[in-house]
Amino acid sequence: MFENIIISSNEIHSFIKGKYDEGFNYLLDITAIDYSEYVQTQEEEFALVYILRHKSFKKHIVIKAYVPIQEVETISDIFKGANWLEREVYDQYGITFKNHPNLRRVLNHKEFVGHPLRKSYPITKGQLLHEVDDLIDEMNNRLLSKDIICKLDSGLFGECNKDLMFLNLGPSHPASHGTIRTYVALDGETVEAAVSEIGYLHRGFEKSCENHTYNQIVPYTDRLNYCSAISNNIAFVKTVEDMLGVTLSKRAQAIRVMLLELSRIEDHVVCLAAVLVDMGGLTNYWYMYNPREDIYDLLSKLTGARLTNSYMRVGGMANDLYDGFEEDLKEVIKKIQYGVEQTLSLIKHNRIFHDRTQNVGVISAEDAINYAMTGPNLRATGVSFDMRKDAPYYGYENYEFDVVVGSVGDVYDRVMVRFAEIDESIKIIEQVMQNLPEGDVNIKDASITLPTKEAVYGTIEGAMNQFKLIFEGVKVPVGEYYGSIEATNGELGFFIVSDGSGTPYKVKVKAPSFTAMSAYPEIIEGAQLADAILTLGSLNIIAGEMDR
Amino acid sequence: MELDPHTLPTDTAITTTLDEAIGWARESSLWPMIFGTACCAIEFMSVAASKYDISRFGAEVVRFSPRQADLLIVAGTITYKQGPILKQIYDQMSEPKWVVSMGACACSGGFYDNYTTMQGIDEIIPVDLYVGGCPPRPEALLDALLSLQNDLRTNTYDPERHKDFKGALDNV
Repeated sequence: MFENIIISSNEIHSFIKGKYDEGFNYLLDITAIDYSEYVQTQEEEFALVYILRHKSFKKHIVIKAYVPIQEVETISDIFKGANWLEREVYDQYGITFKNHPNLRRVLNHKEFVGHPLRKSYPITKGQLLHEVDDLIDEMNNRLLSKDIICKLDSGLFGECNKDLMFLNLGPSHPASHGTIRTYVALDGETVEAAVSEIGYLHRGFEKSCENHTYNQIVPYTDRLNYCSAISNNIAFVKTVEDMLGVTLSKRAQAIRVMLLELSRIEDHVVCLAAVLVDMGGLTNYWYMYNPREDIYDLLSKLTGARLTNSYMRVGGMANDLYDGFEEDLKEVIKKIQYGVEQTLSLIKHNRIFHDRTQNVGVISAEDAINYAMTGPNLRATGVSFDMRKDAPYYGYENYEFDVVVGSVGDVYDRVMVRFAEIDESIKIIEQVMQNLPEGDVNIKDASITLPTKEAVYGTIEGAMNQFKLIFEGVKVPVGEYYGSIEATNGELGFFIVSDGSGTPYKVKVKAPSFTAMSAYPEIIEGAQLADAILTLGSLNIIAGEMDR
Repeated sequence: MELDPHTLPTDTAITTTLDEAIGWARESSLWPMIFGTACCAIEFMSVAASKYDISRFGAEVVRFSPRQADLLIVAGTITYKQGPILKQIYDQMSEPKWVVSMGACACSGGFYDNYTTMQGIDEIIPVDLYVGGCPPRPEALLDALLSLQNDLRTNTYDPERHKDFKGALDNV
């Protein structure tokens, strides 16, 4: 359930504040649209889009405001999560936000000139960075807000009124996944202040989308959250299908549910394996990672690829399940259960594990919502928001499973929620496989799905049909639409603007990792350095999805 | 030169060249530094895990400090923002050192032909081996490792081999 509202640019702050008070206290996304090359002439060249979700989690609203002067009031005083989202809009579109606490680029580097998502920016115009941002002024502001005053000595930190050591965590650091940089001010082992810099894996997903047909984008979506590629495929094609107004066959829906849950398991095992390694528990890594290899084998057989599967298509999927899939799946599930069981036997009653994780890296439910955290990270704080229950799709309402919630919102809860979710996902997969409907997996519509190979090679209509679909793409009706699913890291949404052609006019990803990461500096301030590493691991930040 | 402990006579001296002896020693004690940024890094996790097990080839001592490593494996997309960091890591590694570019993105930018992705890491650092694939299968990376080992066994290490290389970040 959703509605679209158009407001004027000077009432953005007051209108959103009003909506916030009405209960729309969850900010999903902020983005802009550059209408300069759009088919229908719009009021202004640029529009801002705010997507909010109601606290019941059952409905969302899309608020649009045309911006004539390209400067609007910030809403980061209402939503903490808006801070980075507005920075991204500034970075990509050049729209500035008045009274923003820290308006600077977030994805592109500091020497970058121009705003790449503007239609006037050529897609291949790369710009070299010569020197990495030292983050000194950002850190200085952070320190000042904590009443720590440091002298700046030719651009570097000199003497402070507290004995501090400054340290870069990452980006080249195994626990930072190679792409996340956190600059910390340490007092002994305690993190006094932290600032995070992201964008090291910003590889231009959204700009690339504007240059490819809908089905060509599917492989790009694989590489958003590469730990669970299929769930990104599904989130994207589902949004496109919703725009087309088509409904998949029961069988296709059931297979998608099954694969979504399998991806969830695939993602959770690697997250848990990595967190436990960060804690020094290397044995668990082998127990958790080996079942992932078994999932790879199964998916290779099904899709032809281990990691980046590209299995979904608009209107269905590449092919049906192969004969014997069910038996293979059962074997894989047994191995997953064995791995989880073995790992839990090592940590469940392990004092070191409890001491390292409990009451560490805590975020309250209120803050988590304000930062627009979602998925297991939000559920760990005790908020039972799960799209599968609150806004069900693909018949999720017919499957029996529980939403797992934590109580404290610490590392322990985040880890244990993921362990329990693996069990729930297995329950769903078993229910799907028990009642897998018969039928086609692709819808029968020549304007959406490809004809059979026999038709392509045997008939002129088939050949033309195939040619048109491949070269021009699936034609999606003119419109703006936000669609989302419960992916492994939480609500993964796509906001798509279509101009009626086979290529999207604009695509924006609502990435769960992005907002989770924006909360990270605040979570680790006051914590021990070693716990900061653990907190990052437990948030399961996937750079491909965060930086896009 | 192949040394097989089962066929070696006891109390015997083996004559060889110093280069060959060093090459033999280096071959099975490569210490990789993983510059993992994206999907390929997940595949590297598989290479290191028990099924593919890189330790079978004597290269399992993964170091995340460039000072302690001699094999730089660049696994994942390198963006312009990441460029100076990769260059710094490479410069910090001491000789002898080798660079493996793992995956389409590191080799050529892959299908990210856009404003933010470096079109191959050889724009900034010299590369010894390219591994294609998006991502490459673990076997492909192991194959690269084996061919590097083969090279170390049969050829003399040439520290000058990249001396004419000039990267985009070199003269700043």
